[in-house]
Amino acid sequence: MEANTRSTGRLPAAFLTPGSSSFMDFLSEHQPEMLPGKRQLPPTQGVIEAPHGTTIVAVTFPGGVVLAGDRRATMGNVIAQRDIEKVFPADEYSAVGIAGTAGLAVEMVKLFQLELEHFEKVEGAQLSLEGKANRLSTMIRSNLGMAMQGLAVVPLFAGFDVDRDRGRIFSYDVTGGRSEEHHYAATGSGSVFARGAMKKLFRNDLSEEEATTLVVQALYDAADDDSATGGPDVARRIYPIVTVITEDGFRRLTDEESSEIARSILARRLEQPDGPRAALL
Amino acid sequence: MSTPFYVSPQQAMADRAEYARKGIARGRSLVVIQYADGIVFVGENPSRALHKFSEIYDRIGFAAAGKYNEYENLRIGGVRYADLRGYTYDRDDVTARGLANVYAQTLGTIFSSAGEKPYEVELVVAEVGATPDGDQIYRLPHDGSIVDEHGSVAVGGNAEQISSYLDQRHQEGMSLAEALKLAVQALSRDTNGTEREIPAERLEVAVLDRTRPQSRKFKRIVGRQLGRLLEIDGAATEAESSDEE
Repeated sequence: MEANTRSTGRLPAAFLTPGSSSFMDFLSEHQPEMLPGKRQLPPTQGVIEAPHGTTIVAVTFPGGVVLAGDRRATMGNVIAQRDIEKVFPADEYSAVGIAGTAGLAVEMVKLFQLELEHFEKVEGAQLSLEGKANRLSTMIRSNLGMAMQGLAVVPLFAGFDVDRDRGRIFSYDVTGGRSEEHHYAATGSGSVFARGAMKKLFRNDLSEEEATTLVVQALYDAADDDSATGGPDVARRIYPIVTVITEDGFRRLTDEESSEIARSILARRLEQPDGPRAALL
Repeated sequence: MSTPFYVSPQQAMADRAEYARKGIARGRSLVVIQYADGIVFVGENPSRALHKFSEIYDRIGFAAAGKYNEYENLRIGGVRYADLRGYTYDRDDVTARGLANVYAQTLGTIFSSAGEKPYEVELVVAEVGATPDGDQIYRLPHDGSIVDEHGSVAVGGNAEQISSYLDQRHQEGMSLAEALKLAVQALSRDTNGTEREIPAERLEVAVLDRTRPQSRKFKRIVGRQLGRLLEIDGAATEAESSDEE
């Protein structure tokens, strides 16, 4: 079977059989061993050590949603990578940020992007945002076996719902359980601290600029209290990845833009290390 | 049981080719033309939903004339082939040449196997390069041969006449509006030489635009943008014609 996709022979029957618009369904029939969830796992003792991505945050604002992530990957107490990318466009109107086992998560994102693109090409129409969120659930569920061995992948999915004309956020647990989050959400080891920061800073009428600043503030607070989350690295010029999804589609802030936000926050934190204060009453 | 008549292989193949050609000729023709910023697909298609052109992969587009269910099947096969290949290796490893070869093999096997009826389709697989020199256009007739085309190509019933019309008038570095107009002029000429009007609503137009910032270069041109392009004078400037969204 495999040879057929590598040589330039005739398309195998499976390619020309009318069927599902899902690439994953096609793969599971044609080449199931290519799917991450169908892999045979060797018996292992204890927890497998692999780089972990840490904190992802998202916040909605009128007209869209912002999804951002820090750049650190850790393996135990070691920093495995300082400039990892953990936020990816899923398609034109959605993005996914991943915390958990980095290698598996990146692979899952790649398959998820392909799944959405494949559907779009075959059907000539995009999936609904809800449909995309559900598809991601299925993929996490198929990783449950590995999650049980400590190789969990916990994404945060954000997108602009063109039918409802607003940004939406979906969070997941390791079993694929999905829940829609209102206003803001965070996942990963630094998420508790990031969530606390966002809880105090969030308002219903944020502008796009304020929302992008808010997520960087939250990531700073996460890095402040969680050793696995990386703060803005001024010396190496490594700044958080910030993405914005609006009616106009997905946009990733350039390095200059995110460095500007990070630097202005850093400057203020030199004066006030705990960051902006919310009113007591 | 009666004894079957002897039919020479030449005769059998000629009959099958005749059958396929007649089927293809029932549908309307379509054209694929290179312009300065990419490749444009133009065809007459009263349906909004049943497309003749579509995206296969980042830089690869697909056009087909003939029987809808047959080319739709090939199209989906192509999308599956491209997506699987890109997933297995890398997005850059999916090429129009590879896809055209697979289609040629598929069409060729179907055409020469006595058990199957030949497909009544003619395909074009096009890939837009980083520069016009990198553009590739392959025409795939019903029998599984491949023709490497340059500049412009027409497929469908009236293809020969349209092709020669295009060959005489196509120039390198045309703007999108110029290429689109040329395509519409070519398509509106009937077999007997008379011209008829094709209204914009009956046109299906798509481009592979190398200037798009996204990695997926395929884009449909519809509604107001199409109207605007058709209105622009033939001598329009580049800036006007490469109007985005």
